Amino acid sequence: MTNSSPPDSRNFRDSHGRPLVAVTGLGIVTSLGQGQVDNWTALTAGRSGIHSIARFSTDGLRTRIAGTVDFLDTDPLVAPALSQRFAEEAAEEAITQSGIGTKGNFPGALFIAVPPVEMEWPQRQSLAQASGQNGDITYSDLQRAASSRRFDAWHDLFIFATVADNIADRFGTKGSPISLSTACSSGATAIQLGVEAIRRGEMQAALCIGTDGSVNPESLIRFSLLSALSTQNDPPEGASKPFSKNRDGFVMGEGAAALVLENAEAARARGATILGYVLGCGEKGDGFHRTRSSPDGAPGIAAIRAALHDAGTEPDSIDTINAHGTSTPENDKMEALGCAAVFGERIRSLPISSNKSMIGHTLTAAGAIEAVISLLTVTHGRIPPTINYAVPDPALSLDVVTSARDARVSRVLSNSFGFGGQNTCLVLGDEPA
Amino acid sequence: MSKTSMDRRDVVVTGIGLVSCAGEGIAAHLEAFAAGRPKATDTERFAPYPVHPAPPLLLDGQIPKKSDQRQMEAWQRLGVYAAGLALDSAGVKQDAAFKAAMHLVVACGGGERDTAVDGAILTGLRDAADPGAYLNEHLQNDLRPTLFLAQLSNLLAGNIAIVHGVTGASRTFMGEEASGVDALRNAQSRIASGQIDTMLVGGSYSAERPDVLVVHEMGGYLRKGDYRPVFEREGEGEAGVILGSTAAFLMLEAAETAAAREATIFARLLPVESDRPRREAGSVGRSLSTLWGEAASKPDLVISGATGVKEITAEERAALDVLTPGTPITALGDLTGHSLEVTAPLGAALAAALISEGTAREITITTVGHRRGEGVIRLSALS
Repeated sequence: MTNSSPPDSRNFRDSHGRPLVAVTGLGIVTSLGQGQVDNWTALTAGRSGIHSIARFSTDGLRTRIAGTVDFLDTDPLVAPALSQRFAEEAAEEAITQSGIGTKGNFPGALFIAVPPVEMEWPQRQSLAQASGQNGDITYSDLQRAASSRRFDAWHDLFIFATVADNIADRFGTKGSPISLSTACSSGATAIQLGVEAIRRGEMQAALCIGTDGSVNPESLIRFSLLSALSTQNDPPEGASKPFSKNRDGFVMGEGAAALVLENAEAARARGATILGYVLGCGEKGDGFHRTRSSPDGAPGIAAIRAALHDAGTEPDSIDTINAHGTSTPENDKMEALGCAAVFGERIRSLPISSNKSMIGHTLTAAGAIEAVISLLTVTHGRIPPTINYAVPDPALSLDVVTSARDARVSRVLSNSFGFGGQNTCLVLGDEPA
Repeated sequence: MSKTSMDRRDVVVTGIGLVSCAGEGIAAHLEAFAAGRPKATDTERFAPYPVHPAPPLLLDGQIPKKSDQRQMEAWQRLGVYAAGLALDSAGVKQDAAFKAAMHLVVACGGGERDTAVDGAILTGLRDAADPGAYLNEHLQNDLRPTLFLAQLSNLLAGNIAIVHGVTGASRTFMGEEASGVDALRNAQSRIASGQIDTMLVGGSYSAERPDVLVVHEMGGYLRKGDYRPVFEREGEGEAGVILGSTAAFLMLEAAETAAAREATIFARLLPVESDRPRREAGSVGRSLSTLWGEAASKPDLVISGATGVKEITAEERAALDVLTPGTPITALGDLTGHSLEVTAPLGAALAAALISEGTAREITITTVGHRRGEGVIRLSALS
């Protein structure tokens, strides 16, 4: 996009004197499609990727819709395998675009947000069956079946480091890969870890990924039992309606995004095209409650302010907000409150949009997917819409973008908030602050 | 990854929280170290697998609200308890402002199960006319809604925030043994570089879970029968992991800020080295040797996180015998059992305690993940 010299091109430092962190490659997979082109086309057209779940029986479920990625497949079809597949596709796209390293030899570390891994029901059932137990099944039966050695391959499938390990092997990243979770802000944290490592001078490049392929019966039911999901199943594409008065929960989504981050000076030296910069990262914990935010919104506000401070910039420099915007009553209210506190009166005219209206909440991947979309927003000068905003919530005084809006976008604030008091915000932009 | 001059500030340990079968707290673990063998081994409850169980804890001491205790499962309660011990040990438990600014890195797994519900569903699924509908109905009706919060990895950090008010921000690293090494590496590096002054780092693991025993029986990683020392499991059918329920947290601090608040300093944590070369015969020994050199390790005591898994444990032992001949080696597994993500923080916390009481001036902790990842962690006396 932009190859002009940053203001402080003498030493490629940010306003805090740290190495600037450039983005040189992007990759994205969502229910809308694979790759930047397909996703951008669909997102700016306001197309929804939410549909009735076909992957498993939804018989008897209160929520029967999701933004599953059905065009990529694995055998067995389990969350870690799917998450790995999505991550591989996204990473391949990002690394190819960046042109960094050589095939299978990425010259930097891997930071990957992955959903917590567990054995799933089809595997438990296979073990139960293999145990030969005809009475009440207990975990002793599953252990006995496991000791037959027939299921040894599943060990690696269901431990936490395997996805990262396979990605590290395939792309040749360096050092010990970091698999992380900060719940629904995980994707943003993966980026933050990469940014910090480059700023500290530990590496010149980082591959940062967020991925989630965990739409399965139990995951869906868990969120359903916490009353977190929309139950407006019909029509599926109308269910996710961030900032609307009649919003009733989020819709689970799947996908992955990858970003190649580089020390900007090193990127420029190798002649790479710089797509944008990660200018700032901010985070703040919340000890109020396991699933709800502090009523005063202080931690979310602190995270936004920390990101702006880290970017060395002021609220006025932000051109649009890529909202966390889950479509839950609680999140959208708290996010609007937090943004109003930071941006003041300007929040009424500052374009804000939630990609989740179209792709659902991609959970572990969301922060990374939305960072990629934020950078595409900068590149194209067009803000994707929040669809389904038919009944605005009058309590939220926001400029919600309802159809793709052309605008000069130099800086985007991307918000991510999660269970467990996780708040992580990023400032992404076309030029250093 | 190359280290740089950014590693410029000394990082010190100013708080230690320990829980394992040895008991709770520093003194219990120094006693276990002196004894050189686990204080408790349970060979009955999860037979044929032995486990080193968590000690009895008076939870109210660190988790005052019963409602908080109920919202957690065992692995989280152990972790929150140990984090509280670390805060007490650091003398900051009552300093709300200090804790509200403190950041947290946690290494853990998650995925707690309700084994009774799982068993009943598996039994019912066998004859269900419509298995999909049956599964949906019973998961919806039989799962406790709050169990989810005991399954999410990042909810150990979340509970530490709620119970102890440590709310700077938290990051949770997952990925078995390597995640514990990398949590220490990342925290040390953030403090050394001046990015941050103080962090709470650690993790917890509950071995007393039939579901994790299934996962580790797949692959044949578990030892059966009774306890046997980690480095004496060479015989036929002897090798394997004995899991232990543990939790360990360390408060890490920049030396200058620790001095400014007149904190008790247990030991210095040097830059942590880790890697994950592809596993093949000899790779563990080579990787450890490389990391040992990069860490400039020269210990008078080694704490090994060896798992007891046959080939890699033998490789580690052989490598150590070359790298540091004659240096006493203690297997952490012989004191607490193996606890995956917690191995590195547990080893580091024990090392800091040993250095503080003068048992050693410099200790190196080695970790060799049962599937992947090697780490070398150095702690030393201040002067």
